Amino acid sequence: MGEAILTALGRGIREAGESLGDLERMTHDAITRSDDIIRDDDLQVALLVLHGLHYGGVVDADDAWEWHPSLVASRVAIERAFEAELRRQVPVPDLPNPSAADVAAALFELTKPTPGPSASRYLARKATEEQLKEYVVLRSVYTLKEADAQTWGIPRLPRRAKAALMEIQTDEYGDGDPERMHSAIFARAMRGLGLDDGYAAYLDSVPAVTIASFTMMTMFGLNRSLRGAMAGHFSAYEMTSSIPNRFIAQGVRRLGFGDDVAWYFDEHVEADAVHEQIAGRDLAGGLVEAEPSLLADVMWGANTSLTVDGWGSDEALEHWEAGRSALRVPLDMTGGIR
Amino acid sequence: MTGRPPTIVACPDGPLLVRGDAELETPEGEPIDRHGRNTVALCRCGASAIKPFCDGTHKMTGFRSED
Ligand code: FES
Repeated sequence: MGEAILTALGRGIREAGESLGDLERMTHDAITRSDDIIRDDDLQVALLVLHGLHYGGVVDADDAWEWHPSLVASRVAIERAFEAELRRQVPVPDLPNPSAADVAAALFELTKPTPGPSASRYLARKATEEQLKEYVVLRSVYTLKEADAQTWGIPRLPRRAKAALMEIQTDEYGDGDPERMHSAIFARAMRGLGLDDGYAAYLDSVPAVTIASFTMMTMFGLNRSLRGAMAGHFSAYEMTSSIPNRFIAQGVRRLGFGDDVAWYFDEHVEADAVHEQIAGRDLAGGLVEAEPSLLADVMWGANTSLTVDGWGSDEALEHWEAGRSALRVPLDMTGGIR
Repeated sequence: MTGRPPTIVACPDGPLLVRGDAELETPEGEPIDRHGRNTVALCRCGASAIKPFCDGTHKMTGFRSED
């Protein structure tokens, strides 16, 4: 599926005509065949490539492909099946009263830190340099485009929620300093570790469930009907960031890397302690107060972040503890560039 | 600076969220670097490792603001 899309994109759009019937049929067949689209490598890469046409910088293709009717149809078909699978596998948590304060309190309760093993604690204390690099490669699927997925959602939000998201995004994008943009600080950390910071450099190595974390948030941002899930997801993401990032910064320094690599993680300790407050009360809470019918989707969106991101990091931890690579293709076997 | 009068939100069981043109200073009057951030969170649980800023530790210690 992913290959077929890349082949189509490799052709000039002018030769392609208005309809790529084969591609739409193949998409449909791939969806029907798949038992779990969240863990389907082929469909997740396909969706990432289709989303990539909206972001730019993911595949080398004519800009006009973005709104080609057959590619839009394929994207929407995969997204519908993906959303349905997520709704099957991720439950809606207990619902609070639809007030900003109660929504924030419920989100903080849902995301409260748990003791015990986690990928970030492992990175702090035990990970090898190779495992730290693997972690950074896994994270790069989202983080090289950090904050962009949520930016799609800005015009779709009512007043207070919109102002809140803007307040967070301004900080994500570096408060006016392009060097401080989170995606740029992350790219710097990748270079500091000797990794390729080109988007998709390691895409073939990343397991589907990690790609799903990113395609899910892109889908939430791109679809107005999912703005509740977007707000809940982003809140939970911010609420589960400061403490793990502090652990990871410890691991970075334990392994002898300097501030250029640690900066990204240090920055998130401080930034996300601010963002989580704004996100919980003003973004998610503000959205629910303006549109109470979105309450269940806000809480569900929060749970999708915890659950799907949790699957990805639990799987990575399991591999590392067993002495295996968490990537589909270990780093020493990839040339770095696809 | 934003030209906006400072506001401080006391976040339940969490930090003080400071927006607007508030100068942060040490007791000696030295400016505290806000790292370019327009909105900052000041620790009020006492447990942060990056004081005066909050680092989320209040969630691990079960801090209650009782407000
Ligand atoms: S208030 Fe957050 S760490 Fe103290």
